[in-house]
Amino acid sequence: MISALLPDHFLARAVMAGLGVAFIAGPLGCFVVWRRMAYFGDTLAHTALLGVALAVLIEVSTTPVVLVTVALIALGLAWFQQQRTLTSDSLLGLLAHASLALSLVILASMDGMRINVMSYLFGDILAVSADDILWIYGGVCGVALALFKMWRPLLALTLHEDLAQAEGINVAFYRTAFTLILAVVIALAMQIFGALLIGSLLLIPAATSRHFCTTPEQMAVSASIIGGLCVLAGLGASLKWDSPAGPSIVVAELILFLIVTALASGWAVMKKFSIK
Amino acid sequence: MTTDLVGRELLIRMDRVSVRFGQKLALDAVSLQIFRGELITVIGPNGAGKSTLLKTLLGTEKNHSGQIWRKDNISIGYVPQKLNINPQLPMSVKRFLSGLDNNQAMLERVGALDCFHTPIQDLSGGEFQRVLLARALLRRPDLIVLDEPVQGVDFHGQSALYKLMTDLHHSEGFAVLMVSHDLHVVMASVNRVICLNTHICCTGAPQQISERPECQRLFGEQLGLYSHHVAKAHHAKDSR
Repeated sequence: MISALLPDHFLARAVMAGLGVAFIAGPLGCFVVWRRMAYFGDTLAHTALLGVALAVLIEVSTTPVVLVTVALIALGLAWFQQQRTLTSDSLLGLLAHASLALSLVILASMDGMRINVMSYLFGDILAVSADDILWIYGGVCGVALALFKMWRPLLALTLHEDLAQAEGINVAFYRTAFTLILAVVIALAMQIFGALLIGSLLLIPAATSRHFCTTPEQMAVSASIIGGLCVLAGLGASLKWDSPAGPSIVVAELILFLIVTALASGWAVMKKFSIK
Repeated sequence: MTTDLVGRELLIRMDRVSVRFGQKLALDAVSLQIFRGELITVIGPNGAGKSTLLKTLLGTEKNHSGQIWRKDNISIGYVPQKLNINPQLPMSVKRFLSGLDNNQAMLERVGALDCFHTPIQDLSGGEFQRVLLARALLRRPDLIVLDEPVQGVDFHGQSALYKLMTDLHHSEGFAVLMVSHDLHVVMASVNRVICLNTHICCTGAPQQISERPECQRLFGEQLGLYSHHVAKAHHAKDSR
């Protein structure tokens, strides 16, 4: 089995899982930022918890159930947003909080099982199993390939949907495909970063890269690299100071974001003066 | 290939197309044919369904009844009214036009070569319209669709862009469909006007349109004024 080849040490597994997710979260996060889907992603992450609760309820392994749940809800949501009858942000807010509450109630009602809810809310990257790594890398490869293949049409759609449609791009297809990709990544990352922290992994590296990138591709690649560095930094900090791993990664991202923002603003001011 | 009486290729045919948004009927049984080389303007009051008509033609508005036929592999160049580009997306004009041959030459023709390296979010409204027009023209279109073009373009630029468009329209032989409020332009250069008020209330050559009572009711004195303007222009031409 491939699992036998994977590292024994929990830290090595954590690094592998974290880097895999950060790698794919880079370009995907850029699209989430560009397409103004931050709240959409966050809502999906909350519904992933519902998937966990369902899996526990029907006593099957969590990852496939979470994948299917998130994918179905993502498609349903995307369909609802196309109907112009409901305001999108209210719908997203309703769904996010309802699924959070519902899954906590379901999980708490099962007294026979000892489920650590905290690990699903904030993730447990140090408890990643060899199986999880296989799931993650399978997903990462699939998603990376799909993103690579769809890069140009997706970018055209992100610029302006009507323009893309006029130029002969099947907008509905690519919009749905992107929604599904986002659902897959959120479902996989949820296990290690938790429902409440996945969003940061998508948004913060992309926002940090924006300061110094001049093409979409640069931004995607540098978001991957930034995400990877922050995974390493966060895990290192967690090891040294015994801080919780997932939140430490997010804090590392925040620090890097602040530093880069400060540098970029300083640079802009300097340029202004040098022109004058 | 379907053609009209003078042998021009049919590009698009709409047959009794209606679009409904909730209770409101946005388009009511609109039938319309566009042939290669035509220069058509859609006029109509606010809320007449002009943008909806364009969106239905382009295929973005899919919830319609009736039939729409498009020529196989039709290439449509579209110049939207305005584009809200997310400032988080790093993209220069150069990149926006990448993959299209002779893009710098076309930028020069539309008068926007200075913007080649500018991020698209930093362009002014008029500059962006020029860049969008360049992109539409570079795609070697069968049909160019313009939603209230040259709105943000300054006065001198406007006539230059219209001239460029009519020149290219003659040399390249594409069709142009535009929505315009600028009746000056409509009456002076277009060969067919579609007067839209949810349904097509009248269609024909500019002079014919201005004499139709349905249209005069919609546009009132303004239209009378412009038909006068056109008559004067013709008079001037005749006496030359």
